[in-house]
Amino acid sequence: MTTQTSAGGRTRAPAAPAPQRRRHDDRTAWTFLIPFLVLYLLFVIGPTVYAFILSLFNGSLVKPGLGSWAGLGNYAEAVESSEFWSSLWHTIYFTILTTPPLVVLAFLFALLADRAVRGRAFFRVAFFLPYVLPSAVMALIWIWIYTPALGLAEGWLSAIGITAPTWLGDPNWAMPSVAMATVWWTLGFNFVLYLAGLQDIPRELYEAAAIDGAGPVQQIFRITIPLLGRTTTLVVVLQVIASLKIFDQIYLMTSGGPNFSTIPSLEYIYDQSFTNMRIGYGSAVSMLLFVVILAVSFVWFGIVRRQESGV
Amino acid sequence: MLAGTGLALGGCGTLGAGITGTPVAPGTVTFWDLFGGGDGVRMADMLTKFQQGHPELGFQHVTLAWGNPYYTKLSLATLGDQPPDVGVSHASRLSTFVGSNLLQELTPDVLAKHGLTPDKFSEKAMQAVTVNGKQYAVPLDTHPFVLFYNTDICKKAGLLDADGNLKSMDGPDTFVQALTAAQKQGGAQYGGVVAITNETSTNWRFFQSLYSQLGGQMLADDGTKVVVDEAKALKVLNYLRDLTVTKKLMPPNVDYPGAIALFASGKAGFYIQGEWEISTFQTAKMPFSMTLFPNVFGGDKYAVQADSHTLVVPARGNDPTRTEHALTFIRSILDQSLTWAKGGHIPAWLPVANSTEYKQLKPQSNYAAAAAGAVYDPPAWYSGSGSNFEIITGSAIATVRAGQASPEAALKGMIANLQTYAKTPSPV
Repeated sequence: MTTQTSAGGRTRAPAAPAPQRRRHDDRTAWTFLIPFLVLYLLFVIGPTVYAFILSLFNGSLVKPGLGSWAGLGNYAEAVESSEFWSSLWHTIYFTILTTPPLVVLAFLFALLADRAVRGRAFFRVAFFLPYVLPSAVMALIWIWIYTPALGLAEGWLSAIGITAPTWLGDPNWAMPSVAMATVWWTLGFNFVLYLAGLQDIPRELYEAAAIDGAGPVQQIFRITIPLLGRTTTLVVVLQVIASLKIFDQIYLMTSGGPNFSTIPSLEYIYDQSFTNMRIGYGSAVSMLLFVVILAVSFVWFGIVRRQESGV
Repeated sequence: MLAGTGLALGGCGTLGAGITGTPVAPGTVTFWDLFGGGDGVRMADMLTKFQQGHPELGFQHVTLAWGNPYYTKLSLATLGDQPPDVGVSHASRLSTFVGSNLLQELTPDVLAKHGLTPDKFSEKAMQAVTVNGKQYAVPLDTHPFVLFYNTDICKKAGLLDADGNLKSMDGPDTFVQALTAAQKQGGAQYGGVVAITNETSTNWRFFQSLYSQLGGQMLADDGTKVVVDEAKALKVLNYLRDLTVTKKLMPPNVDYPGAIALFASGKAGFYIQGEWEISTFQTAKMPFSMTLFPNVFGGDKYAVQADSHTLVVPARGNDPTRTEHALTFIRSILDQSLTWAKGGHIPAWLPVANSTEYKQLKPQSNYAAAAAGAVYDPPAWYSGSGSNFEIITGSAIATVRAGQASPEAALKGMIANLQTYAKTPSPV
């Protein structure tokens, strides 16, 4: 949403203000930015640089100092390790499983809720409510739903004559099961973004389209979806980044099992750094994951820039 | 998460202590464990008794999830200088903790002051808490892999002697014959059941018990060498595969709760697991008893996979008062070993293990001899109860028992995975 409003104000700043004035503005701006910058340096830039340095050494969590020099050895080990690649694939697989439904369903539900004139506030709260739950609560709820023999999911499926899989216990089903729970959990966030986007579309456009003879489906495809373009870009990118950061639900629901079939990159980093105490190697893997997420973000910038110059 | 809850419930004193890094109110003993189920209930009982006996000491208790999560938190808390005063550790995890300098050494003079001299503990357990000649923990018990049997089924199958005890099942053929009898004459769906699916540790315990009866070793030189004896390992894997796949005496796809359910509902004559499941079957009010895991391959020498719960004092400066309080607590827990033994564990504390009360405790004392044949997981930084080592070996063994992989392929994969860890320089 923020991008939409800020990018929407296309009026340029008045050309060439007096240089003195600008310097003064700069100083004020910096003064306001300093508290943020200090925290940013302390908690984001600092640790990132430190992690990069750590990644070049064979550091141990339980020994003081950086450990012996490893050079790019940790990176080489990670790239050669099948565990690293399978954990990266699990992260990507989770992203593939969650992003489309979280975008499409959020859009559909927002569209429906936007139509509901009376109950809109109710729907907004109803869809957003699961998002408020802490991951631990959400995980407990779904572990019970998926419990073999006693769980709701198995009960419902067997009631209509379908044999339920062992959800979290089957290597093929564990990841889709976690993904389903996640869709239920985080749908509300994208839903609210879409709902706000929908409310920004002027009603007159629909009226004009209706007078010109456009049916509801045509209105959705010709007006709603194009005008929500920026919202969609934002939702997709926020969603992809959120999905790439998957850890809590999997750690709590399967702890990476069964037979390592759901270990995501972050859990691999956690296991290596804190359980195996190999802080140097763990840092190298997190640097590699950082590069992946950075690449995704660059793709997003590319798309946004093209949208802004194109529209 | 549980730790957070526990601390929050502890109140403001803990919060302040957490922020400033000072110990909780002086004279308070903090204790972390990993006991759930029947063990959790019994430990809670014992802790209440301790509090009643020592009203002068404050007390705080936190229970965390078993396995890697517990050990990760215990190490991180100790590194962060916020450890509990007393923690529980499996004996098989001690060498890693000691290598990381996370445990306080318990010197003979301090131990003797509380009457905790080496001669009062079972020998194997005592060896298991001694690292490089120094003692780092006080053993609480030995918990071996044991054999549970359904007395009704075994009686029908003619497997009980005149006194109603199980006849010997030692030797590879005798064991198979007994399982067959339970299935055929005993009328059970399966001769026996041992969890496979979604399980790592159980598969490892089953394999290791048989493999160590053959005298096999897994790792050497603190885990830097993989020394698996392939002939012996294949003999065991083929035997295990036969039980499930070829002879169909055990189900090839059953998870931990499923295995319990099969035995508790009388659909399997035998169940093999750590003795801690005793409470489950007592609650189920079913006809069962317990005995030593059979000596299938060992001949005249007995061996069985086991571990010990031990009590440790995580390192935090050198505060004699803290150590005093910790040992007072530990002594109080040891004195209640009989309560603990009711949960199936063999007491390491000889005053209780040799007592008539314990000897009369049935079926728990039937397998007391297992303490002498106990084989602990090999020392390595990635080994120990619930560790990566057990996950790697257990996962491979599971694929054989489930009939998903040939013994040769599974063993090859297992050795390759172990070698990855063996080659990695130890972080401790």
